[in-house]
Amino acid sequence: MISELEQFRNETLAEGLVKAIRRYDGRPVSIMEVCGTHTMAISRYGIRELLPPNVRLISGPGCPVCVTPSFYLKSALELCRRENTIVATFGDMMRIPYKGASLLTEKALGRDIRMVYSPLDSLDIARQHPDKTVIFLSVGFETTVPVTAIAVLEAAQQGLDNFMILSANKTIPAAMHLLSSDPEVAVDGFLYPGHVSAVIGSGLYEELAKAYGIPGAVTGFDPADILGSILYVLEQIQDNKATVANLYSMVVQPGGNPIARGKIDEVFEASDAVWRGLGQIPGSGLRLREKYRSFDAWSLINGSVEERDEEARGCRCGDILKGKCLPSDCKLFGKACTPETPVGSCMVSSEGTCAAYYRYQ
Amino acid sequence: MSEIITLAHGSGGKLTHQLIQGIFQKHFRNDWLLEGGDSAVLETLPGQMAFTTDSYVIHPLFFRGGNIGKLAVCGTVNDLAVCGAIPKYMSCGWIIEEGFPLEELEEIAESMAATAREAGVFIVTGDTKIVPRGCADKLFLNTSGVGFIPEGLRLSPALIRPGDQVIVTGTIGDHGTAILIEREQLQVETGLASDCAPLNGMLERVTASLGGAVRLMRDPTRGGVATTLNEFTEGQDFGIRLEENALPVKGEVSGLCGMLGMDPLYIANEGKALLIVDGTQADRVIELLRSHPNGQDAAIIGEVVADHPGKVYMRTLAGGHRIIDMLVGDQLPRIC
Repeated sequence: MISELEQFRNETLAEGLVKAIRRYDGRPVSIMEVCGTHTMAISRYGIRELLPPNVRLISGPGCPVCVTPSFYLKSALELCRRENTIVATFGDMMRIPYKGASLLTEKALGRDIRMVYSPLDSLDIARQHPDKTVIFLSVGFETTVPVTAIAVLEAAQQGLDNFMILSANKTIPAAMHLLSSDPEVAVDGFLYPGHVSAVIGSGLYEELAKAYGIPGAVTGFDPADILGSILYVLEQIQDNKATVANLYSMVVQPGGNPIARGKIDEVFEASDAVWRGLGQIPGSGLRLREKYRSFDAWSLINGSVEERDEEARGCRCGDILKGKCLPSDCKLFGKACTPETPVGSCMVSSEGTCAAYYRYQ
Repeated sequence: MSEIITLAHGSGGKLTHQLIQGIFQKHFRNDWLLEGGDSAVLETLPGQMAFTTDSYVIHPLFFRGGNIGKLAVCGTVNDLAVCGAIPKYMSCGWIIEEGFPLEELEEIAESMAATAREAGVFIVTGDTKIVPRGCADKLFLNTSGVGFIPEGLRLSPALIRPGDQVIVTGTIGDHGTAILIEREQLQVETGLASDCAPLNGMLERVTASLGGAVRLMRDPTRGGVATTLNEFTEGQDFGIRLEENALPVKGEVSGLCGMLGMDPLYIANEGKALLIVDGTQADRVIELLRSHPNGQDAAIIGEVVADHPGKVYMRTLAGGHRIIDMLVGDQLPRIC
């Protein structure tokens, strides 16, 4: 699906990398891909089956939809049922189930729910409908938060008082520390997210490697990129080293993108956040600063929804997100829980671990 | 005539008459339609008859590469053509929301007429209903079509056997991606247009000279190539293996799909056909397809295999394999 030249380069490169990876004869290792887009690419290119049996890939918490707790969805459903309200959201939030309902079913019942491609689109909707409150469901990591921050700044500057966001935004560093230090999570190496790293930089990973002795590689999303990063991590393990390679250096700088980070800092401050499956992680969330609190849609919820994550009985999304088990270890997987009838949110998003395993297994 | 459609255009009175004469009869002009009977009285067609119907509710009505009218004619013609039928006659039912601009209605009728001429079919009967504002989204169309299957031509999943080749007649995902760009007003600069086109001329070229080599044909519209191939293999004792590096996809389509987390294999096409053909004749089929303007990018994309019965799977660019399942719901753009 690429130009002939690229295809040639990728195929021969990928072939060579697979051969090199198959030469790994060390102890059995588990390498975690932190990012949902990597999970999808790994499944999409059939990379898992190319690895030798002593190299296992496990999926981390890097899909924003997957780690969004159930009370967030309950709140979103409550908001979309309010009079004179338009809820704007990214597409993959539409199908997440909550007790038999979803934004998709609410839309079918006549609630005004709009699918947008950028937080700035929801700002346009607010301008076009001054008589309605437009609430953007702000879910995402450092990749999407800068644009949300810009939307809030623009709304503030233009005195747009019918625009609000319901923030469940999260940041990666605290979750990475938690995963690296959890003795139950036996990760030998990390594939770090290319997109998030473009904003936060690769420096954090050096700290993690030093503190916990776990090597890693920042990588893009082509098969050769992913295979190259796996090979790098394996070489580190074999040499008893724990350094981090930046294999996505065209996009990722050690210090990240200071402008994007500046926008996040200007609008948001760190807060504790509940991650679906992982529980509360101190300092891993983002809430609006005092100055921008008038844009905070949580004020409309006003404590009516308890901040508790309710997992469906038997659902092992939490263990899957921590890499403690594979989707196929969950009794619901492929039976009660399928993309048509998802039980846990790992099955809902196209990038969810379970959805990726189900579709491309 | 006023410049917009009003409920009076559907009353059966003078305005209805003006609408039919001024637009539909003017553009679709043919002997059967002009007879103005309650039914079109048609000559019996030779051989087996194929009959199809479909409804069109697309948004937006006008898009790069076509409009709802062209789409409706192509859709019906293609449904007949992939059954091996030579399309002959069509009907068209219009459900129009009051307030719809007459100018746009005429533009749609005009392009339907042009596409019907290109495909060699006649729109011989029709119906018009006007509904109050809010009861329809501007314009809905329903078309039905009949055609005949030439003597001796037989297409059936039962003819498929391992070693047969899977052919697509051109690049995939063009229509769905072009519609997405316009529907969502995505800020992308692209020359991409819908591939919306009648396929009968091109497919007849193949079936007329190599009919015996063709096992099955289908146009991969909603659900895309992946879903159609799954329909081929469902419940069968064969599977299909696709080669990722053989799939013809335009750079703009794969780029935009990559950005939005979508897969071109699941995106709708309106001017493409999938063929399963005898492996020994596949290269000749490709030659014939490429000799037609709509088949320039035709390619062999996979093979019918005995392993993986009932499944479609793909050998990926990295050399791995993955299952290509049916689409669940609509593809929704992802967050990051």
